[in-house]
Amino acid sequence: MDQNLHLWLIPLLPLLGALINGALGRRFSRQAVATVALASTAAAFGMALMVAASFSGLAHVPYVESHGPWIQITGFTVNFTFLLDQLSLVMLLVVTGVGFLIHIYSVGYMADDDGYYRFFAYLNLFMFFMLMLVLANNYLLMFVGWEGVGLASYLLIGFYFLKDSASQAGKKAFIVNRIGDFAFLLGMFMMTKYFGTLDYTSIFSQVLSNPAQFPVETGGAGLLTLIAFCLMIGATGKSAQIPLYVWLPDAMEGPTPVSALIHAATMVTAGIYMVARSNVIFNHAPMALTTVAVIGALTAIFAASIGIVQTDIKRVLAYSTISQLGYMFMACGVAAYSAAIFHLMTHAFFKALLFLSAGSVIHALGGEQDMRHMGGLRKYIPWTFGVMAVGTIAIAGIPPFAGFFSKDEILWKAFSSSSNGWIFWAIGLVTALMTSFYMFRLLFMTFFGERREAANAHDAHASAHGGHSDHGHGTPHESPWVMLTPLVLLAILSTVGGWVGIPHSMGGNNHFEKFLEPVFVHEGGQETEIEGTATWTNKLPPTKETTGEPAEAAHANTSTELLLTGISVAAGLIGLALAWFLYVSRPELPARIAHNLGNLYTTVLNKYYVDEIYQEAVVDPIVEGSTDILWRGVDVGIVDGAVNGAGTSAQAAFGTLRKMQSGNIRSYAGWVALGAALVVGYMVWMGIQ
Amino acid sequence: MNYFDKIALTVITFLPAAAALALMFFPRGTAQTDSHGHTHYASDKPIKWVVLGVSILAFILSLHLPAHFDYAQSGFQPRFNTNVEWIASPNIHYHLGVDGISMWLVVLTTFLVPLSILIQWDSVHGRVKEFMVLILLLETAMIGVFLALDMFLFYVFWEATLIPMALLIGIYGHERRIYAAVKFFLYTMLASVFMLGSIIWLYLKVGSFDYAAIQNALSAGQIPGIATAAPWLFLGFFIAFAVKVPLFPFHTWLPDAHVEAPTAGSVLLAGVLLKMGTYGLMRFNVALFPEQARINAPWIITLAIIGIIYGALVALVQPNLKKLIAYSSVSHLGFVVLGIFSFTVAGADGAVYQMLNHGVSTGALFMLAGMLYDRRHTYEIKQFGGLATPMPVYTMLFLVITLSSIGLPLTNGFVGEFLILSGAFQAKAIYAILATTGVIWSAGYMLWLYQRTFFGEIKLAINRNLPDVTQRERLALFPLVVLALIMGLFSPYWMKAIDPSSMRIVEAAQAPKVHATVHPEDSSLKLVSNRNSENTNRK
Repeated sequence: MDQNLHLWLIPLLPLLGALINGALGRRFSRQAVATVALASTAAAFGMALMVAASFSGLAHVPYVESHGPWIQITGFTVNFTFLLDQLSLVMLLVVTGVGFLIHIYSVGYMADDDGYYRFFAYLNLFMFFMLMLVLANNYLLMFVGWEGVGLASYLLIGFYFLKDSASQAGKKAFIVNRIGDFAFLLGMFMMTKYFGTLDYTSIFSQVLSNPAQFPVETGGAGLLTLIAFCLMIGATGKSAQIPLYVWLPDAMEGPTPVSALIHAATMVTAGIYMVARSNVIFNHAPMALTTVAVIGALTAIFAASIGIVQTDIKRVLAYSTISQLGYMFMACGVAAYSAAIFHLMTHAFFKALLFLSAGSVIHALGGEQDMRHMGGLRKYIPWTFGVMAVGTIAIAGIPPFAGFFSKDEILWKAFSSSSNGWIFWAIGLVTALMTSFYMFRLLFMTFFGERREAANAHDAHASAHGGHSDHGHGTPHESPWVMLTPLVLLAILSTVGGWVGIPHSMGGNNHFEKFLEPVFVHEGGQETEIEGTATWTNKLPPTKETTGEPAEAAHANTSTELLLTGISVAAGLIGLALAWFLYVSRPELPARIAHNLGNLYTTVLNKYYVDEIYQEAVVDPIVEGSTDILWRGVDVGIVDGAVNGAGTSAQAAFGTLRKMQSGNIRSYAGWVALGAALVVGYMVWMGIQ
Repeated sequence: MNYFDKIALTVITFLPAAAALALMFFPRGTAQTDSHGHTHYASDKPIKWVVLGVSILAFILSLHLPAHFDYAQSGFQPRFNTNVEWIASPNIHYHLGVDGISMWLVVLTTFLVPLSILIQWDSVHGRVKEFMVLILLLETAMIGVFLALDMFLFYVFWEATLIPMALLIGIYGHERRIYAAVKFFLYTMLASVFMLGSIIWLYLKVGSFDYAAIQNALSAGQIPGIATAAPWLFLGFFIAFAVKVPLFPFHTWLPDAHVEAPTAGSVLLAGVLLKMGTYGLMRFNVALFPEQARINAPWIITLAIIGIIYGALVALVQPNLKKLIAYSSVSHLGFVVLGIFSFTVAGADGAVYQMLNHGVSTGALFMLAGMLYDRRHTYEIKQFGGLATPMPVYTMLFLVITLSSIGLPLTNGFVGEFLILSGAFQAKAIYAILATTGVIWSAGYMLWLYQRTFFGEIKLAINRNLPDVTQRERLALFPLVVLALIMGLFSPYWMKAIDPSSMRIVEAAQAPKVHATVHPEDSSLKLVSNRNSENTNRK
């Protein structure tokens, strides 16, 4: 008999916090609001830790916990059922852990904000939905969390609702996500129709146990390929991949802790989680899998290129997030799911750290976000500088920091995935170089050189940042301990977080990948532990058996792997050196380069004009077409025109006949009666015949 | 068996009408004319309280039905069956009955009436007594439509809803009320004549107006001449119901009627009257003429899908709040029709659930619109903006209802939409692909509305000090907001009554009696066995 883990409590606790603060927060003191919010998140985190502690003792993994039906009709049921396996445990710990740290940070960051209770209510609401997402045991319940985090994101992006740009960005995020959700829904309809259920375990075991019915669809697009494509489009919305990434940069309108929690560490990784969760389906749909890899690789390099020229500190990080999500997408696409989740986790640490440090910088400068107006801050806010440097080194892929291991694993898995894998590897490598460059550019522009205070900076940003305007003037000040503590903890995690996945080539044991194996490795329809050390063969679908690599080949692979590792570390260092050269040694150079690049620079600076193209090609035609053609043309003109025309002409004919006054109900009633008599007469005659 | 069971349906149906009758003899008391030239009587206040009390009593009585419902019974509940001869010749019976579908529609009606009275409490300008009489008469007629099992009786109730609603719009409406009332009356009246024709034809052949008798005769296929007549009979019913739903392109009366109607009228019009159309489609078109329903389903579904997309796109660009909600109803009701004509259990269950959901969420939306009208006397969206600052509670309530309307999971709207679309997909993938775009459009028009109404700085000084939701308004709105969430969380409670009844209707339409072969699209929920053939088709 399994012990009862009471998983349902984990999402419910933050929901309770959200409800209490939402209903009563207005009357609470700030301290009470913070206590409720932090206590509920801390409790969820505590429960997650307890669950993790008892995980190894569970008799059955996946552990399933059911709480009655949510939708129940003949032939189809969806239950409120939670599932805990290795994958959801990792997600659970990341979400509650990072979430809790960001809650702490927010207490300091939002201290002077008017909407204090509203902020924490929304933040807790987000936690609830995110935990539903990762704990669900079926796609529909996952979709509850999926759309729910979208709602929380909508509310928090538009948190400063007096600003038009904020409410605009919130709406954009929701609608763009809905485009992805549209596809997600279609995928669920397909699964409902052909599997009769939306439960993960049931669908996956149906697929795995009937290889004749569900072959690996190498020949063409079959059912599983279609489902996989639908899920993939859903994931491109939530995880901000091409072509649906456009909402994420705008989402930076939200308060910085929100950017850290929702738009970097957790919510945006939901798409990655969903693809990884659906690995059985994707493994049977090579075409979809390749598309995932291509989208991921393109997004990674595309977003990184935009990140290079941005000057808003949060926007750089936003494009960096899109780019890193592209990395994870690419990893999923080469079926290196555990590498994707590994990077998801380390990214959650260092990107949350980077965003929160950026928040600390913004806080120190009274709302300033433009890096051109920063510089030299190292002296004023040394702690922030220190932790942000850790985050930058981690994301740049420099050993032994967390990002190095996860990024390196993705690159290696991409390289060894197939004969064409080197293309993904090459794109990933270039992206790594760009990442290192723009991140060190950010670090140097912000903390090195001379301070470049903008004359009008405070006016421009004070209103944008509400409460912080009051300490905008004077010397930048270090953030309070309540903000620094989470930063330091995240910095530690960003340093050591990658050590759980040290690859065999470096003498490690890759515990992380081993731990996740039961979720990602399936053989002959049954989940079994894979033996042997050639872990990079996991990605192959069940039909392509690749056990027992010859020892020499394995050895050759190890040396290739180490060589590639060396190259990627070099790429990170080159990025660092380049950034140092351009932004510390020769700070006058970037402007000249930009000038010489001319149109190319402007195009990238303007984000390739994608937003403008979408506006002109999609949004405007819909709004104008609906106004001029559908509403004024078809509806008022044709449809209603015909109705009124029929009415008027009938009335005129009738009026001349009986000289009755127009417009009064009686004349219409008479007309109706006449028509009725005729029709009834006809029908009766028909009936008699 | 409880004695009340036998008279329950009659009491629930006629309690409001009886109260209306009694009200007519209620003395008016002293008259007073206010500054706007409206005449108020001393009796206005007690009348309002009495009517509110009666409507709440009707609601409580209607809860007797779910409380004593026999869930094992998929057809009409024998224990509530009421059948006595009314007129010997022609053979008309007073026959009321209830199944899992009509039960919840009756409860929806009795639930919405007290709330709509409450929301209109202070904004009936003059002739309060007549207003309340009309609402009560309307309630009786609406309940009657859902309960009547004699077609003549059904037709009487059906037409009886028209008069009070037309008068509510025509007397208590806004500027263009006469135009709207006439259009509403004429359009729906004319359409129902076709239904009358069908009913009379059936009576002449079967010799009874009884629903069950006619259904048996039809399904036995013994009616002479039915083969040639069936398409016309189907069409006769269809026109009446399609106009009421309203299905594209019969919808243009709706925006006019809504914009001009007083709040309570809009709530009941959107909340209940439109459901009479979709209920009729299920009860008459599909259940009586399954063969015809199958034949005609493709073009009906086409209209439904056009309605979903077209209604949403036109809603997107409406400058008037009420018109926007009206067009969104065209879109939502398109979903319901799609679900009904998908002939799948999921589609039909979802359709019935969505009827209830639409009653809750759109009813609430019209209440919210009415509250703004009470404050500003306009529905123009550009007259608002930034209302989140003066009206935070209102903003929050509007948000929950918006989420319900766009079908966010854990609200009622999601359950209905998901089932409908899932059913549509089982019928034919392309139906669901087109209709599911609705989730994008609805987010578009509702969130844009929300943004323009509530966000940003206040643009007009007059909006700066608008009062937030009052206690009375809270009482009217909270039940709907809470219900939208509860119905999103605990759908099995409603579904356990709906599912068997809608399944019965769907099964008839699914299993063709004339054609020997079953189309794979029609067959069943779980098509794993058909997967391979489907797969090769796709390749």
